Amino acid sequence: MGGSTAVVAAREEVRRALMGRRRDLGTTLFQLGLLLTLILALAILLVLLGQVTAKALPVLQERGGQILSSSYSSLAERAGVRYGIIGSLYLMIFVVVIAFPLGIGAAVYMEEYARDTRFNRIINANIRNLAGVPAIVYGILGLAIFVELLGDVTSGAGVEGKSLLSGGLTIAIMVLPIVIITTAEALRAVPQSLREAGFGVGATRWEVIRSHVLPNAAPGILTGSVLAMARALGETAPLIMVGAVTGFLATSGGFVEPLQERFTALPTLIFAYTKKPQPEFQEVAAAGILILMGTIFLVNLTAILLRNRYERKW
Amino acid sequence: MAEAASTSGAIRSRGDLRGDPRRQRRERIVRTTMLSAAVFSVLISLAIVFALTGGAVDFVRRLDDLGLLFSPQGWFPRSNAFDVRAIFVGSLIVSIIAMLVAAPLGLGAAMYLSEFAKPRARRFLKPILETLASVPSVVMGFFALRFISPEIVQSLFPQAEFFNALAAGIGVGLLVTPLVASVAEDAMHAVPNALREASFGLGARRRLTSTRVVFPAAVSGITAALILGISRAIGETMIVAIAAGGTSGTTIHLDPLVGTQTMTAAITALATGSDQVRGAGPAYYSFFFVGILLFLMTLSLNLISERFVRRIRRQY
Repeated sequence: MGGSTAVVAAREEVRRALMGRRRDLGTTLFQLGLLLTLILALAILLVLLGQVTAKALPVLQERGGQILSSSYSSLAERAGVRYGIIGSLYLMIFVVVIAFPLGIGAAVYMEEYARDTRFNRIINANIRNLAGVPAIVYGILGLAIFVELLGDVTSGAGVEGKSLLSGGLTIAIMVLPIVIITTAEALRAVPQSLREAGFGVGATRWEVIRSHVLPNAAPGILTGSVLAMARALGETAPLIMVGAVTGFLATSGGFVEPLQERFTALPTLIFAYTKKPQPEFQEVAAAGILILMGTIFLVNLTAILLRNRYERKW
Repeated sequence: MAEAASTSGAIRSRGDLRGDPRRQRRERIVRTTMLSAAVFSVLISLAIVFALTGGAVDFVRRLDDLGLLFSPQGWFPRSNAFDVRAIFVGSLIVSIIAMLVAAPLGLGAAMYLSEFAKPRARRFLKPILETLASVPSVVMGFFALRFISPEIVQSLFPQAEFFNALAAGIGVGLLVTPLVASVAEDAMHAVPNALREASFGLGARRRLTSTRVVFPAAVSGITAALILGISRAIGETMIVAIAAGGTSGTTIHLDPLVGTQTMTAAITALATGSDQVRGAGPAYYSFFFVGILLFLMTLSLNLISERFVRRIRRQY
C-alpha cells in the first residue's frame, strides 16, 4: 500500500538523520569563513614583518651596527638611529618613575579605599574616559602645559620648552590611565577573604594592602605596567606635538643635562625617515622599525611570560 | 609602656583598643597619598579641557571673520582658509574605510574565537590578534605607504595617487581590528550557555545558533565594539599623517583614491614641519580648535559605547 511505503520512507529518513554524518556543509563553510579572518590577520602581520625585514636587510648587511651608532643625517648612507634609542630609553625612565607609582597609587585608592560615593564614581568615570582620549590630544596638552606654560622650567636656553622633560612628562601622563586600569583589574582579582583575614588579626588597611593585597596582585600589576611601557615605546604623535626633533642634537653629555635639551625618539626618527622620498631612507626606516618592533615584542613577551608564570587561579 | 604594648600586640587597657596613634597617623598619610594620586587623574582631564578651550578661544578671537570656518576653499590654514568641514570629511572617509576593514575582520575573528575555536586553538590564535594590536601606528603608517598603497591600492586602481585615503584607511582598519575583535568577543562570550543549549535543543545547527541566537543576544556589546572602533579610527594620527597625503590642507571631497587630510593629521601638520607658522595670525592656534572637536567627538563616542556595554551587563 502507498501508506506503508510512506512510513518506510519516513522511517528511513529519520534513521539517516540520526545516524548519518553530523556535520553540515553550511556550518563548515561558515566556520572556515570566520577562521579565514584570523588567518588574514596573521597573513597581514607576516607580510608586514616580511616587507620590513626585506627592506632592512640590505642596509643592515652593508652597515651592520653602524646604524645603531650613527645619528640622524640627511645623507642616507650616514643616517642612523642612535639618539632615537637613547631618547626612547630616557622616555621609558619617565614612564617608570612617574606613571607607575602614580598609576598604582590611584588604582589602590580606587579599589581598596574608595567607597561608592559620588566623588569616587566621578574619578572612576574620569579614568575610563582618559583611557579613550586620542594620543594626539595628550600631545596638545603637553604642548600647552609643558612647552608653552612651563617652558622656562622644563628647558634650557634656546630650546623653547621642547625638551626631553616635556616629552617624558607627556608620555607618562598618556600611559597613566592604562597603568591605573590594569592595576585596578589585578587588585580586583585578589580574593576578599585574604583581606578579611588580615583585618581579622587587627591589621590596618594599609598593612593589609602592603602585606597581602599588593604581593598577590604584583604579577598582574607588573604585566599591565610592562604592556603600558610597550605602548609608550611605539607612541609618536604626542612626541611630535611637544617638538621632538629628528636630529642634529647638541647634547652636552651627562645624565641630567639632556633633560632640558632637545630630544628625539626611535619612532620619531622612523617617521622622519619614512616621509623622505628617497628609497635609501626607506631602508634606514625599515631598520629602525625592525629594532623598535623587536624591542616591543620582547617587552610584550616578558609580560606574557610573567603572566603565565605567576598567574594564580583563586 | 604604651609603645611596648602596641608592638607586642597585647591589649593591656581599654585605651589600646583605639590603636597605636603612630599606626593611625601612618594610615591617614598613606590614604591621603593614594587619594591624591587618584585626584591627579581628574587634574589631567581638567588640564586637557583648559588647554584645548584656551587655545581654541585664542584661535576664534584671532579670526577676522567667523565665516572663515566655512571657507569655500577648504582647509588651508596657511592661506587663512579654515573650513573644518573639509578635514572632518577627511576623517570620516578614513574612518569609514577603516571600519569596512575592521568590522568584518574583527567580528569574524571574535565569532570564531567565541563560538567555534577549541580552547587549545584559542590559546594559539588570540596572541595573533594581540601581536597585531601591539604594532606601533608609525610602523603601520610605513606599511600603508610603502606596501598597501603601491602593491594593493595602486594595482587595483591604477589612477590612484601615491598618497591616498584608501591606503591610510586600510592601515587604520588593520590597527583597529584587534580592538573590535576583543570587545565583541567579550560580548559574545558573556551570552549564557543556556541560550545556545536551547537553540541546539530545537535542532538548530551551530551556524544558525551563532548568527540567530548568539549574535542578536550580544548585539549591544557588538555595537559598543564598533563604536569604540570608530572612535579609535578618528583619533588615529600617525598612519594618516604618513600615508594619507594632504600635508598642507584639503578641499571637501569624497574620493578615497587621492590625498586627503584628517583632523588628526591637520594637527600634526600645523604643529610641525613646513606648516609651522608660529605667532602670526590664527593659523598656529587653529589646531587647538581642531583638537577640541576631536576630543569631543571621541569622548561622546566612548560614552555611547560604554552605555551599550552596560546594557549587556544588566541583561546577564
